[in-house]
Amino acid sequence: MAKLHVSTTVNDEPMEFLCEPNDTMLDALRGPLGLTGSKEGCATGDCGACSITLNDRLVCSCLMLAAEAEGQDVRTIEGMAEGEKLHPLQQKFLEVAALQCGICTSGMLVASDALLRKNSRPSEEEVRFWLAGNLCRCTGYDKIVRAVLETAADMREQGIRESWQ
Amino acid sequence: MAELRYLAPHSLDEAISAFAAGGNTARIMAGGTDLLVQMRSGAVKPGLIVDIKKIAEMTEVEQTADGGFRIGAAVPGAVLAEHPRFGKVWPGVLEAVNLIGSTQVQGRASAGGNLCNGSPAGDSVPAMVAAGAVVTLQGPNGRRELPVEKVPAGPGRTNLLPGEILVSFTLPPQPSGASDAYLRMIPRTEMDIAVVGCGVSLTLKDGVCTAARVGLGAVAPMVLLVEAAAQALIGSRLDAAALDAAAAACRAVCRPIDDKRGTIAYRTKVAGVLLKRTTAIAAQRAQDN
Repeated sequence: MAKLHVSTTVNDEPMEFLCEPNDTMLDALRGPLGLTGSKEGCATGDCGACSITLNDRLVCSCLMLAAEAEGQDVRTIEGMAEGEKLHPLQQKFLEVAALQCGICTSGMLVASDALLRKNSRPSEEEVRFWLAGNLCRCTGYDKIVRAVLETAADMREQGIRESWQ
Repeated sequence: MAELRYLAPHSLDEAISAFAAGGNTARIMAGGTDLLVQMRSGAVKPGLIVDIKKIAEMTEVEQTADGGFRIGAAVPGAVLAEHPRFGKVWPGVLEAVNLIGSTQVQGRASAGGNLCNGSPAGDSVPAMVAAGAVVTLQGPNGRRELPVEKVPAGPGRTNLLPGEILVSFTLPPQPSGASDAYLRMIPRTEMDIAVVGCGVSLTLKDGVCTAARVGLGAVAPMVLLVEAAAQALIGSRLDAAALDAAAAACRAVCRPIDDKRGTIAYRTKVAGVLLKRTTAIAAQRAQDN
C-alpha cells in the first residue's frame, strides 16, 4: 500500500511524516512523530484521552485521519509546557492531585486549556459540560473540575490571558 | 482488504467526479466522527474516502438574501454555534446540532453527516425537519433539492442517488413571532443517544398559533414529520386541549424499537411529553421574538 506523505505543523514546528491512508492522527502522533502524550482510551471518540487541537479547535485525534493534517496546525499536550515551565493548568493538576493513573490527564489538560482560551471565567457547570467528553475512571472528576476553576481564577488574578483569537 | 485511497478535493465538481468513479465503496467524509468509528469496527471498508472539508461551499454558513440561512453540509457544530446570527434565528436547530457528542465531537461533526449517517436518533434531524430545511444534493446528473424529511430511507440508509453528495441545508427566514426548540430525552445529561428527540417550530400571532411543524426522532425507523401534531397546534392558543391532541398525535405515529435505552411503551409515552415541553419552549421564544 502506498504511503502518504504529510507536511504539517505540530506545536509550532514544521513536521513531515509518512502514513497509511487509514491511519488516524493519533496513530501518526504516537508512531512516526513519537509524541506519546496523547493516549488511546477507546478509539471511538468517547473518552477524550487523545484530545488535541486542530487549527485551534478541540478534537479527538482518534477520529481524524492522519492525512487530514496536511497543511494544518496541530497542537498536542507536548506543546503545553514551555520547556521546564509547566502551564498553570499542569501545575494546578499536580498541586491538587487532579489525577491518579494519568491516562486521561493529557486529554483533560488539552481540553481544559481549550476551554480557558475560549472562556476565562467558566462556571462549574460550564467546566463539567465542556469536559463531558473526557472520561476519568479514577478521580470522580471533582478534583479535576476544581483544578480548572482554580487555575482560571489564578490566571485572571495574574492577568494571564491566553487566546487563539 | 482493498487499498484505501484518500482524496481532499478543493472543488465540488472534483469531489463528484471522484466519488462517482469510486463506486459503491467510496465514502464521503465530513467530520468523520461516524465514518472513522465504522471503519474501526469493520462495519465499513471504504476503497476511497472523499474529504469534503476543503470545499468552500460545504464549510460555510451564510445568511441568504431573504433572511434565511444556507449551511454547508460539512460545517461543524462548534462553527455553527459561533455564527453571530444563526442561533438567534434558529435556536432550536442550533441546540439540536450542539447536542451531538462531546466538545471534541462538536469540533468536527456536521449536520450533513448526522443526516447522511441515517440514524433514526440523529439529534439534528428532527429540528431540521421542524424548521422546514431543504437540502441541496449534487451528483453526476446535476443538482436537486429535497425536503430534509425525504432524505432518510431507514436505519443507516438515505434516498440519495448513487454518486450524489449532500451539499448544504437551506433554512427559511423566521417571521416575527416565530421560533423553534429541540429537546431530547436521555438517561444522563450528556454524551448519549436520544431515547426520543422532538423538534418544534411555530409562529404565534396575538397568542394564536398560526403555523407549526413537528419533527420526532428515535421512535421509528426514520425521523418523522408529524403533520397531525402540527395541525392540532395550529389555530389554538396552545391550551391544554391542543397540547393533549398534539401529544396524542405524536404517540400515534410512534413505531419504536425496544432496546437498552427504552422500551416501546416508554418511548411512546415520552414522545407526547417531549412534544408538550418542546412546544412550551418554542412558544416562549416566539413570544420574545
